[in-house]
Amino acid sequence: MATKTSPPSIRSSKTVSQSVTIDSEQAAPRKKPSLTEKGTSAVTAIEMGTRQREISVSEFFTKNRHLLGFDNPRKALLTCVKEAVDNSLDACEEAGILPDVTVKLETVVNGPTPVTPSQATRFRVTVTDNGPGIVRAQVPRIFAKLLYGSKFHRMRMSRGQQGIGISAAGMYGQLTTGKPVKVISRTGPRATAHYFEVQIDTKKNEPLVHENKQIEWAQPQGTEVAIEVEGRYQKGRASVDEWLEQTSIANPHVRLVYQTPEGETKEYPRTYHELPPSPKEIKPHPYGIEFGVLLKMLQDTKSHTVASFLASDFCRVSPALAEEMCKSAKLSPDAKPRAVKHQAAETLYKTIQTTKIMAPPTNCISPIGEKAILSGLYKQIKGEFYTAVSRPPAVYRGNPFIIEAGLAFGKGPEESVKPQPAAMPLAEGEDHGHDTELARVIRYANRVPLLFQQSACSTFKAVLNTTWRNYGMTQSRGALPAGPMVIFVHMASVWVPFTSESKEAIADYDEIQKEITLALREAGRRLGIFLRRKERAASEFRRRNIFDLYIEEVVEACNRLKGGKLPTEQLKEQLHKIASSRTGGLKTDEALGKTGAGPEGLPHSIIVTTEGIEGETEVAQQTATVPVVSSKPAQFERLSETKAPVKSVRAPKVRPGSGRAKRPAAAKAKVGQQDLFVGDASSGKKAALPKRKRPATSLTRKRK
Amino acid sequence: MAQAKPKKNGAVEKKLIGMADVVIAAAQRAKDPTFAIPIRALSNVSFNPRKGLIEMGEKKQARSFFNVGMAKKFMQTMLVADALSELQRADLTTSLREIYYRTKHTIQDSHENTFDTQDESDPIIEDLEVSLVALREELHVRAENSGSIVGPVVFGDDGDRVDCAKLGKGGYSVPSIVEPEYLEIRRCTADFLLLVEKGTQWNRLSEDKFWRRYNCVLLTGNGQPPRGVRRLARRLHEEHRLPVYVLVDNDPWGYYIYSVVKQGSINLAFESQRMAIPKAKFIGLSSADPERYELPRNVGIKLNDKDVTRAKELLNYRWFQKPAWQEEIKRMLANGLKFELDALANKDFQYLTKKYLPRKLKEKDWLD
Ligand SMILES: Nc1ncnc2c1ncn2[C@@H]1O[C@H](COP(=O)(O)OP(=O)(O)OP(=O)(O)O)[C@@H](O)[C@H]1O
Ligand SMILES: [Mg+2]
Repeated sequence: MATKTSPPSIRSSKTVSQSVTIDSEQAAPRKKPSLTEKGTSAVTAIEMGTRQREISVSEFFTKNRHLLGFDNPRKALLTCVKEAVDNSLDACEEAGILPDVTVKLETVVNGPTPVTPSQATRFRVTVTDNGPGIVRAQVPRIFAKLLYGSKFHRMRMSRGQQGIGISAAGMYGQLTTGKPVKVISRTGPRATAHYFEVQIDTKKNEPLVHENKQIEWAQPQGTEVAIEVEGRYQKGRASVDEWLEQTSIANPHVRLVYQTPEGETKEYPRTYHELPPSPKEIKPHPYGIEFGVLLKMLQDTKSHTVASFLASDFCRVSPALAEEMCKSAKLSPDAKPRAVKHQAAETLYKTIQTTKIMAPPTNCISPIGEKAILSGLYKQIKGEFYTAVSRPPAVYRGNPFIIEAGLAFGKGPEESVKPQPAAMPLAEGEDHGHDTELARVIRYANRVPLLFQQSACSTFKAVLNTTWRNYGMTQSRGALPAGPMVIFVHMASVWVPFTSESKEAIADYDEIQKEITLALREAGRRLGIFLRRKERAASEFRRRNIFDLYIEEVVEACNRLKGGKLPTEQLKEQLHKIASSRTGGLKTDEALGKTGAGPEGLPHSIIVTTEGIEGETEVAQQTATVPVVSSKPAQFERLSETKAPVKSVRAPKVRPGSGRAKRPAAAKAKVGQQDLFVGDASSGKKAALPKRKRPATSLTRKRK
Repeated sequence: MAQAKPKKNGAVEKKLIGMADVVIAAAQRAKDPTFAIPIRALSNVSFNPRKGLIEMGEKKQARSFFNVGMAKKFMQTMLVADALSELQRADLTTSLREIYYRTKHTIQDSHENTFDTQDESDPIIEDLEVSLVALREELHVRAENSGSIVGPVVFGDDGDRVDCAKLGKGGYSVPSIVEPEYLEIRRCTADFLLLVEKGTQWNRLSEDKFWRRYNCVLLTGNGQPPRGVRRLARRLHEEHRLPVYVLVDNDPWGYYIYSVVKQGSINLAFESQRMAIPKAKFIGLSSADPERYELPRNVGIKLNDKDVTRAKELLNYRWFQKPAWQEEIKRMLANGLKFELDALANKDFQYLTKKYLPRKLKEKDWLD
């Protein structure tokens, strides 16, 4: 069914008037903006009228690509990766499949000679997943029609929201390279794989299919998207590499393989073998809607009366409450929703806002969970102390949300024990330079890393407003705390309030700030306990150290005073004995963690020493032992949303104490339980896959 | 380091070696090595009105090795003791600063210095002076040479004859150690000794040959007189019966300088025996002088908060309880002004030499 068309003219939107703006977030095409004020220039309304015409969304995009994250070639490359990976993860999770995603970046030779990745200006981004696949009929519209998706029309937590993401990436590719988007999709081992090449008709916002054929595909199920784009590849802050790494921290249930443009393959293994509980879809809460949305809902509803509209289109509104609201709004409960307009609608809106309504249900959001956060942090960040906090659900403007925070602190046990680089002894007036490294904040919205506009983000502000000094960190006024620390903040919600369309920073609602602050405080408090404990042990250690240090000097001085005839070794030994008995002997050993007492009073935390790990050891060990699972067929990874019996995997606390080899050794001991865990979850529950409501726009998907 | 006169004195060295014995003995009995160090503070001195001296009390503080707060000081004490005993053995003298450098090094396997500044080693030397009851000179530590003397006095210094009447206006620079073994007073024909706080005023008097006219010895220590200057004044006073007059600025610090010369310092009270001159007189500048000598108010300096606090402290010292002294200090506080000796130049460059001191001496206008 190959429909071949000539490539569309890319620059067709050049004549669009600059003065036209689009104000709605959905960027819906606007019909003839009305002129209300006379222009002050010599241009007449008639002349202007000749220039006023419809703008297609795609035309709008060409002009405003920065709104969607395509401001510059470097960021554009990242956005393409991000949109494709987000979709893959959303699709896998919704289908109850543990995601296995491969990201491949290749340079595309654009001139006579090949170039290095850092010089290249053209890349092919290929993202492959083991998700449910996409039915044939939907592929063109998903990848070549803006504002087409399954997620916008429902209140359910997901990474994507708007139905722009992947088609915008495709369009960016088309605009910059002229190449179509190439898609392979297969909905199951018994279905055939289809290959598509699609482009977007930028004027009509409709897909153009260049190629569509059945192919052989090694993968039993999933989707592969390949987009050729103009971009720049550069490591470091806000790079593809950083984004993938942070994604893997917040999504330890994902196995991510990254083939860099240099040809390297990096693997972020799955360290958490449980899918996040599937979020339920909810109806909007009355507090959460804006007036305009209410008007639209009144028009679109299938209900025949206002009362039933209120009761069935919103959550937490019972028929009785609906009648009551109608009464207070002086509306007949039997009035036709479409007839409620103007003043009446406004009164209804105000009444809704002032009526006492139960908070929305919160099962529509799925937090990452403390264990998974710990596991993600532990896997990716070297440190001595990890902790994670999930707050109970809260609500802002009718939207339920959950805040989670985590900390990874320290330079890793090896480094903290390692003697500092041999510094020169100090001259008079000199001073040891202090560690001025600032903490790093990693931010997430619905598990997606936010890499831009940090200072505009509510999470960042909450970090600054937290008094880290209370927890033993140094912090100058209005700055991040100083020290080797990564601060993790995640907001999960059915609707994350971003400050702009490009989804880069979370808006500053009081309720959100408060929750973030509470989460950070709890994490900080645990860090404080850890640091104090460490400090106490260190000070005992220092005490003993001081004596040990000075004994040498004192003995040598005595020896010289005695004319060099002193049995110095004997005197040293005697003094060392006194020192040890005076600094608590065994007790200090204990405080130094040499006896391996666990982190009391530190829930959801891991402490790492050279001797081993303490705390939520099973989390850490999953990380340490999980074998690479890529050889397994994808379906084996399918897990139910029902929690695996975590109890059975709880390992006895590791009792380290016999040297550095402890971690791997302890890990080995756990392999048996590990297997049990995986086997249990996948065999027992396979048949009972969750029945999930399929949204209207979703793709039909047969499950075997 | 200068070569010192050979001495048979092994007593000090024995005391220093005794410190090592304290450590060894304690270690053998598994005890914390501890020294008792007399406290050098106002709380541990008493004024003996009969002798007119400040004397050190009995209070001591323990310095132990196995105490986190004291361990470093203890170690430093041992290092200083070691350095001092090295001086004894080699029979050398040295300065406080050289001791600091001698004992400073990096502790093995660390980045820590044994001493970071001289402020850490100086007090330890004073600690040892008081604990071992050894004078600094006996420890072979010299202070800086910062005193000058001129007048009809003849010294023998390393075999050289030094006639202080023939050294022009610069005079003889007072060595820091002036014990008879080091400095011999061969002859002294002066009638009295004038100890001047400031070098500038001493220069004025020396240039004007005040000492010739009034047959006196002029001595200065450039501020708080160093030990050599104080000790020399004491020897001239004792051995040649020279009355001692002290000429200082009119401020609390001037009063205190006078009191240190007269009855000893709080810090090293145990040395009063050998340093203090209980019969020394305060000749000026007195708080009564501005009025008596008609110094205009505008050459005074307003007392600052520190001056006032210090003056009030002095009022409480037992050795300033004489009514005349209470009146003197209170008058300064009442005026709210202090005067420098230099302010006398307001009347005439040679006012000090030609008018002020002659009248003071003639009227016997001094305080005891
Ligand atoms: N890899 C995939 N596997 C299965 N379905 C997919 C995949 N990628 C996209 N889809 C479907 O295509 C739709 C459109 O995706 P698109 O990225 O354009 O929008 P979105 O994810 O809904 O929202 P956003 O604009 O915020 O990304 C999705 O809603 C999803 O239903
Ligand atoms: Mg998307």
